Amino acid sequence: MSDTHSQLAFVRTEMLAQKEPPAKDKGAVKWVRTNLFSSWSNTILTLVAFYVIVKLIVSAGPWFANGLWDTNSLSECRAILDGARGACFSVLSERWQQLLFGIAYPSDQYWRPTLAFVIMLVAAAPVLFVKLPRILLVVTGLFPFVAYWLLWGGTFLTPLVSLIGVIAGYYAFKNVERFGFVLGLGAGVIVAAIVWKIGGALTASMDDVLALRAVASRDMGGYMLNMMLGVVCISLSLPIGIMLALGRQSHMPIIKGISVVFIEFIRGVPLITLLFVASVVLAYFFPPETNMDLILRVIIMITMFSSAYIAEVIRGGLAALPKGQYEAADSLGLDYAQAMRLIILPQALKISIPGIVNVAVGLFKDTTLVSVISMFDLVGMIRGPILASTEWNGVYWELYGFAALLFFVTCYSISQYSQWLERQLRTDHR
Amino acid sequence: MVDTTQMTVSDEVAISIEKMNKWYGQFHVLRDIDLTVYRGERIVIAGPSGSGKSTLIRCINALEEHQAGKIVVDGVHLTSDLKNIDAIRSEVGMCFQHFNLFPHLTILENCTLAPIWVRKIPKRQAEETAMHFLEKVKIPDQAHKYPGQLSGGQQQRVAIARSLCMKPRIMLFDEPTSALDPEMIKEVLDTMVELAEEGMTMLCVTHEMGFARQVANRVIFMDQGQIVEQNEPEEFFNNPQSERTKLFLSQILGH
Repeated sequence: MSDTHSQLAFVRTEMLAQKEPPAKDKGAVKWVRTNLFSSWSNTILTLVAFYVIVKLIVSAGPWFANGLWDTNSLSECRAILDGARGACFSVLSERWQQLLFGIAYPSDQYWRPTLAFVIMLVAAAPVLFVKLPRILLVVTGLFPFVAYWLLWGGTFLTPLVSLIGVIAGYYAFKNVERFGFVLGLGAGVIVAAIVWKIGGALTASMDDVLALRAVASRDMGGYMLNMMLGVVCISLSLPIGIMLALGRQSHMPIIKGISVVFIEFIRGVPLITLLFVASVVLAYFFPPETNMDLILRVIIMITMFSSAYIAEVIRGGLAALPKGQYEAADSLGLDYAQAMRLIILPQALKISIPGIVNVAVGLFKDTTLVSVISMFDLVGMIRGPILASTEWNGVYWELYGFAALLFFVTCYSISQYSQWLERQLRTDHR
Repeated sequence: MVDTTQMTVSDEVAISIEKMNKWYGQFHVLRDIDLTVYRGERIVIAGPSGSGKSTLIRCINALEEHQAGKIVVDGVHLTSDLKNIDAIRSEVGMCFQHFNLFPHLTILENCTLAPIWVRKIPKRQAEETAMHFLEKVKIPDQAHKYPGQLSGGQQQRVAIARSLCMKPRIMLFDEPTSALDPEMIKEVLDTMVELAEEGMTMLCVTHEMGFARQVANRVIFMDQGQIVEQNEPEEFFNNPQSERTKLFLSQILGH
């Protein structure tokens, strides 16, 4: 009996140290084995994929390599290539300005949208990267007014007056807010409206103070138009989407009702329909003398459309938060606005990032739909003036490939940024 | 360890509940609750699950709304008036079963958030207070980590510190140790005992009967939304009166 007992007993006297895994289970060898040749089916798929890639390179390679950059028309390209496979990139080198800025933007003013684009990058930086100095937010705040002045031209007084109006309205709001949020909001709007009215009257006769050459909205086009619509609509639809999402969760039946009806209605209508409403139908509802800018109408429609989607994405994020977070915020005595701003939204928005980026990327690409209502954005330029010209009729791959490349670069950057942001915000260390 | 049951209890009323009733839809969760808590009292509320004990203390800081009866906390009548509710909540600290720390903020930020935004205390001062209480719960070295990096026991102690940073006059505990490993239960209970020794008014829903014996000056037993029995811990455990209490105690102490 005592014998068996001593065989069962065991006491470890020293703990084992960590060892390296065997050679076939580490490094590149392991990667290739597990990822490319782990089984028969996997091996076959690897070989097929390899074949397809090689085939693609072999066939597309000469097309790029023989590409012509300095002819004046497609027929000239064909004559030089003489039946050989090759691209006619000359359309890009000859028409790139139209592709970027549209057909009617005065060519000696191209520096203005370019400058606006550069300032936009500076203005976006402090919003996108929290570590940058906060003082840069001043640029962000001023950007909309400067960009408007740069793009549309005219006197600098117009954006200046609207800026002063916004600042005055903000101070009015701040001072009245303690009597109630709604009162503050009302006071802010009224003060801003008064400033705009007076400012407008004062500056009416000063059209040439600090004036740039005016460019009409119908002369905006090319990728610039896509950028303008995309940037404005995304930055507007995010706050509106947040408000709609919170409204939909509200206990107040009227606010909740308005939010639900708005979201469900907008989501149930195709964007194209809304754009047609913007371009054609809207005019019937306004008095005949009002002449609302077409770009403004389109911005309103696209913003409404995407804010409804963003609202639903954010609602998903709100629903994903444990109830305990609301309760903890409540139990500490935070009021509704504080709880939302400090506790709930930071977490809900973090959860919603993939969905929001999805909507944003989709919206950015949807801006090409304005070509349907005869605005000459990038796709509108290609479909209209360029393909219709005698020189370039028939150049499809090069033009649409270029458009695809521009959109891909932008959208891929947005997506990469969002993934970086998600990693930055990860605090659960799972 | 100090026997805190003998500690003085003032005759100043901290919480008074009269004929309080609550329903979840058709279900009558709390029925005619009458309870007066004096300042400095340490009350343990026990009972089977579904007996309404959590709901009771959640009514005290209006996380749940009661439909009938009267609750007065610290002299403030608890109505649906948001001003009163916020006033009460900033005086009443609460710890939850699942800690409910804010995962996107560091430990220090968790502790300073409410003092800064609700009490309008300057950031520097709020951080000093927070560090003071984090030292008290013995985790000052974790101040700049995120809740996800801490063990359950540490998280619950942070939650206690977070409540204390608001300098509450009353603390509510809703099963603070139910989600913890045995090793961690002790560290949280030690913190709570310390708090009791300093004379904090405490209402604690817990199944830790050892804690109740050591710290409480009153044990309340609830079943089916009613207070079935309440007594000093000595009497409650050694000489329970109602059959329901005897059954509960035999089950909970039986193993």
